[in-house]
Amino acid sequence: MSEAKLEFLDRSRAFWNPGKTQDWQDMGVDLVIDRREGYYLFDMDGRRLIDLHLNGGTYNLGHRNPELVEALKAGSARFDMGNHHFPALARTALAEALAACAPAPNMVYTAYGSGGGEAIDIAIKTARHAKQRRKIVSIVKAYHGHTGLALKTGDDRFSKLFLSEDTLGEFVQVPFNDLNAMEDALRGRDVAAVIMETIPATYGFPMPQEGYLPNVKKLCEKYDALYIADEVQTGLMRCGELWACTKYGIEPDIMVTGKGIGGGMYPIACTCIGEHCGGWLTEDGFGHISTGGGAELGCIVAMKVLEIVQRPEVRTMVRYVSDYMRAGLDRIMTEYPDFFIGIRQHGVVMGLEFNHEQGAKPVMKNLYDNGVWAIFSTLDPRVLQFKPGLLMTQADCEEVLRRVEIGIGLARDEVMGRHRKSA
Amino acid sequence: MEPQARTLVDISGSHAALAGRADMVLERARWAAEVFQRYDRESTMAIADAVAAAAHDSAERFADWAVRETGFGVAAHKKLKNQLTSRPLVDFYRNDDYVNPRIDEARKIVEIPRPAGVILALTPSTNPIATLNYKVLISLMTRNAIVISPHPAARECSVDAARALGEAAMDAGAPDGAIQIIENPGIPLVEELMVSPKTSVILATGGTAMVRSAYSSSNPAIGVGPGNAPVFVDSTADIDKAAKRIVESKSFDNSALCTNESVLITLEDVDARLRRSFKQAKAYICDADDVDRLRRYLFHDRGFNIECIGRDAAWIAQECGIRVPDGTLVLLAPIAQIGVEEPLSREKLCPVLAYHVVKRRNQAITQARAVLRLAGAGHSAAVHAMDEQVAMAFASAVEAYRVVVNTPCTQGAAGFQTALAPTFTVGTGFYGRSSIGENIGPGHLVHWTRLAYNSDASEYFGNYRGLKPGFSGPLPEAPSDGVPGSNGYRARRAEADAGVFSGVTREELRRMIAEELRAVLRK
Repeated sequence: MSEAKLEFLDRSRAFWNPGKTQDWQDMGVDLVIDRREGYYLFDMDGRRLIDLHLNGGTYNLGHRNPELVEALKAGSARFDMGNHHFPALARTALAEALAACAPAPNMVYTAYGSGGGEAIDIAIKTARHAKQRRKIVSIVKAYHGHTGLALKTGDDRFSKLFLSEDTLGEFVQVPFNDLNAMEDALRGRDVAAVIMETIPATYGFPMPQEGYLPNVKKLCEKYDALYIADEVQTGLMRCGELWACTKYGIEPDIMVTGKGIGGGMYPIACTCIGEHCGGWLTEDGFGHISTGGGAELGCIVAMKVLEIVQRPEVRTMVRYVSDYMRAGLDRIMTEYPDFFIGIRQHGVVMGLEFNHEQGAKPVMKNLYDNGVWAIFSTLDPRVLQFKPGLLMTQADCEEVLRRVEIGIGLARDEVMGRHRKSA
Repeated sequence: MEPQARTLVDISGSHAALAGRADMVLERARWAAEVFQRYDRESTMAIADAVAAAAHDSAERFADWAVRETGFGVAAHKKLKNQLTSRPLVDFYRNDDYVNPRIDEARKIVEIPRPAGVILALTPSTNPIATLNYKVLISLMTRNAIVISPHPAARECSVDAARALGEAAMDAGAPDGAIQIIENPGIPLVEELMVSPKTSVILATGGTAMVRSAYSSSNPAIGVGPGNAPVFVDSTADIDKAAKRIVESKSFDNSALCTNESVLITLEDVDARLRRSFKQAKAYICDADDVDRLRRYLFHDRGFNIECIGRDAAWIAQECGIRVPDGTLVLLAPIAQIGVEEPLSREKLCPVLAYHVVKRRNQAITQARAVLRLAGAGHSAAVHAMDEQVAMAFASAVEAYRVVVNTPCTQGAAGFQTALAPTFTVGTGFYGRSSIGENIGPGHLVHWTRLAYNSDASEYFGNYRGLKPGFSGPLPEAPSDGVPGSNGYRARRAEADAGVFSGVTREELRRMIAEELRAVLRK
């Protein structure tokens, strides 16, 4: 490590976040991201990493995608954040663009947050207003963000620290893929909404069993609760369709998109609201206010993102990247059958499962040493989040697989010892 | 109210937007090309055959459409060209294998075909569909992906035709994106496509500026310059036949092919007989006044009047105010000089043939060289002579890489009444500042990796018979876990073992298949 980096890390500890800065050093990941381009990150010491973390799809289209940079630049010749009270050209234009491609025909409104958590809060507030009930059902180990209401839907890993967990019984959690538990939670008809990441990311992408999600939606209809689809990580073509919930045959009442919608260039998140549950927008349009939410520059970037991800070429490439990566990973899995034991996949949303309760951490470190950045799942560290970009080139995919094979091999030896059971 | 996707900030003309568009199309093609390399010969040819059949079936529809859209040429002739560039083209190359390795035991060399990757094909307005068919098929036969950039004047028919071929290819199992077309081919976008490192080779057919631009792109290019074919009718020729053939050639698609004869050169003692034969063959011989009118009409200060490209003789005559007999197929324009001072000695993509008489054979050769010096270097020429010494002298002197003998040049040089490779891209070679001097075919879209053994006779050479690279075919579809009907995914074992070392023995294969069967039975 360079002197410059050592000194920088001291400053990071001193002024930014001592705990987080140190934790990364303890995990053997001394990354300080400097330059970034396409799917590459360059450490401040110059080392290149291929980014398979993408901040949960924020960099779906690559870092500093030139078209998005151009849209932002050109947009700033005319727009700034805008005034959040008034009808605004860019905000309405993006809302229209979203309505035109929404996963449900009556999803006409969009309310804006400056990040995913805020947009989730808007979704929950909208549902509560529509149903005039407080209860929200989410899944165990859910993750929807760190803002007030979103935080309470998630694992107490992040809420207890701040004494912010639900204490009033308004936030109920049920195990994923358990329809009976879901029905029990809804039976009382006192639930405003079920909020569901189409594939729970921070939980390591456990995949919904066949029929689970559509049946949850049916239960919502049966017990008069709304269905909020959190498409922050699964939307925007990552699963081969614009919105992953579409693949499961679901028309949600409310949908949240974030991260990738701002292209990594301007933070923005959107809550798309079905006409039938957007009553507050008519009753009291000033009910929710966000100065930064739906900043018009963000809207300009988001419209470009939506246009790009809907190009036919992108659809093809997502297919190729997912098929190619899967074929390669299947092959690697046969090399280390005692360690690399499973792949969860839907499109370019992938989770690699290892035969050790913290298995994804040494894999992450060894991939990092081998030039690939992919992060373990906070709420299930057996699983490595493996998230290739939508536009990844064949050459980069091949490069990733080459490095992953080496990295997993090294991690396996660390965890299981050098001697191999004969397969 | 219906929601509309609107553009508030238009960046479509920016470099970023153009480069982004180009990159996306080319990267999709790169993926397709990468997967295509995994196909074996049988599936490759099945795709080529299916696409050829689709092209053949729609030959007439697209011929009519091309004439309607561009105003160039004769629909019946275009139909014929569209057909010639479909099934017969694939049949012509059917016995050439661009997929399997070639073994040369004598030289102890094994050659493995390596497709170029992504072919960027620029197609002209004069032969839009035939060129498109031809470039698509030579790309498919060699397992390349192709991105077509059509001439804007023939955009609509080209886009529709390419889509149809793309669908036929997909239906036959080709990788998605193996055939793409640029729907709005502006010059800035085409330039981005040409300079992209994702373009493997540019196959440029069209105007000089575009071809030169392809060569300046820094990417490998196979470009063809313009034609301006001289045709020499010698005293030993069968004069009647020569006239008939030349008229047949010039009137074919009204000379919209660049291989058409441009300047006829003959000898004084042949002149009178040749004129009579031409008249019989429905050519009209212009007088001095007619020639003036033609010259003024066909050539502006800016060059050739593109209004006349592919128009028929009667139409051109009428536009110039020349009265010609009904049924006239070709206008013969006697000229006294060849060179910069005589525009009629330049390329004319219409059924007007300059006609020049010389005293001696060696002067005919000098004049033919002068025609090609003016334009059309490296392209085509024709000679009508029964004396092979004359043909040899002519062919070895003129700077053309194909000299057809006693044959219509339009068809013959393009490989349609000769044994030359049938083509819509005529390599103009070094004379024409091009990289290849023969008719472009599939062979130009493949390079070969050569395994070369120690040539010492005592050194062992391996037995490569029956050995093939791992043709693993299309990528297996990755699962969409949890989506209805997706539960059946299991890693394909053959895929799992495919890779650099795909030397799976028969025994191992048998074991793997047995294992899979057991797994299925257990379920």
